[in-house]
Amino acid sequence: MVLGICVAIHLGIIFYAIRGGLTAGEILGRTQGNWLFAIFYEIFVLACFIHAPIGLANILQEHFPQSKLSIFCAWLLAGLILILGSAAVWGLVVGGPK
Amino acid sequence: MQSRPVVQYRSKTHLSYWAYLLHRLSGLALALFIPLHFFVLSQSLRGQAGLEQYLHLTEMPIFKIGEWILVMFLTLHLTGGIRLLMIEFGPWRGLRKGSIQLGIILAIAYGLIFLYLGSE
Amino acid sequence: MSDQALKVKVWRGGETGEFVEYSVPRNPNQTVLDVVTYIQRKLDPTLSYRFACRVGMCGSCAMTVNGKARWTCRTHVSHIVAGDSLEIAPLNNLPVIKDLATDMREFFTKWTDARGFFKGDKTRFDDFATVVPDSPERQLANAGIECIGCGVCYASCDVVALRPAYLGPAALNRAWTLVNDVRDTSQLDRLRAVAGDAGCHVCHTQGECSERCPKVLEPTAGIAGLKKLVGRAAMKGSQWGKL
Repeated sequence: MVLGICVAIHLGIIFYAIRGGLTAGEILGRTQGNWLFAIFYEIFVLACFIHAPIGLANILQEHFPQSKLSIFCAWLLAGLILILGSAAVWGLVVGGPK
Repeated sequence: MQSRPVVQYRSKTHLSYWAYLLHRLSGLALALFIPLHFFVLSQSLRGQAGLEQYLHLTEMPIFKIGEWILVMFLTLHLTGGIRLLMIEFGPWRGLRKGSIQLGIILAIAYGLIFLYLGSE
Repeated sequence: MSDQALKVKVWRGGETGEFVEYSVPRNPNQTVLDVVTYIQRKLDPTLSYRFACRVGMCGSCAMTVNGKARWTCRTHVSHIVAGDSLEIAPLNNLPVIKDLATDMREFFTKWTDARGFFKGDKTRFDDFATVVPDSPERQLANAGIECIGCGVCYASCDVVALRPAYLGPAALNRAWTLVNDVRDTSQLDRLRAVAGDAGCHVCHTQGECSERCPKVLEPTAGIAGLKKLVGRAAMKGSQWGKL
């Protein structure tokens, strides 16, 4: 349910963001130093981290029942989401070298 | 000699089954897309130039079409998910087929608005 | 019109086999069970199939007709015939004994596994138990109580096909009606039985069961109810105690 609210808000933000094209400068101009953005999107990342691997595990368990693939892929996805997602939030808000 | 069919596709024609299938496919597509999305955005750790490098790649038409499809998938997955939450936690009102149709319409509408706003 | 012959493909064999075509005279008011019976009596006595009441009360004659699980005694040929051909196969998701007869044992075993049976604590020396007919629980139980165990829902479910351990819509529907039976004393065990990896949470709400049930029951509703109950019980405990 948290994810549902996050997604709904995100869809709205996408609309706002894509008007007039999308460059790095524009994105960073809006996100740098914006802690509200950081909190919202980190919650989003955590919700994805929980929801997506479970969904993937279900699909793999049902269509490839014999293999251990499902657990491995689910954890892989979970790791990627958590690490890359948090890195993305950090980078957008705190930024890197100018 | 043949094996008997396992899943009978001829009976899978009603709306609830399509809702399940679309929800599953859109979820899978999103799950595969999200790590890429996060990866590109995490290039912001390399500063504006770093992010710009990767963002530039997404100007290719295949990315634009992909984004459009994914954004519609996201809307579809969201509305499908809300429908399931209503079925499971709300009062029983049948399989909520109206919600499925509404969800599809919303996804198409979002896709159209996306195209319009993105081309300004 | 009624002199045309039907081209009927019938599954012969076991898990592997083939569709054999028979030519059956077409009649008005003909049901698919009539067709199968004609084949067995007049054309090929080695055909194996099940039926009993032939009037839509027992559920024994359920088979897969043109890809959909149905009661053959209540399916008129004129309603479902594709041109002049029919395809009749045994119910899906169940092992085939021979031709159109399936082994229903796992279907009923799962019923037991889901604690789809009543357990009370009164004896005949006690007063009658009171069940208020228009109470919310009784209304919910009544909505699913007419199940006769025909197996059509079980045969129509993708999740049953993909997950052999899944208890299935009929068993879970029966568990749901019992969860709503105020006289039953084994509710915690029942919640545990339906909560496992093979239980209600694995249902993907495809709705095949509710679409195909010949008694117009809605196992999806019962399973949704179980999901909610088990979810709440796991987090906050239920009216019968903690899970």
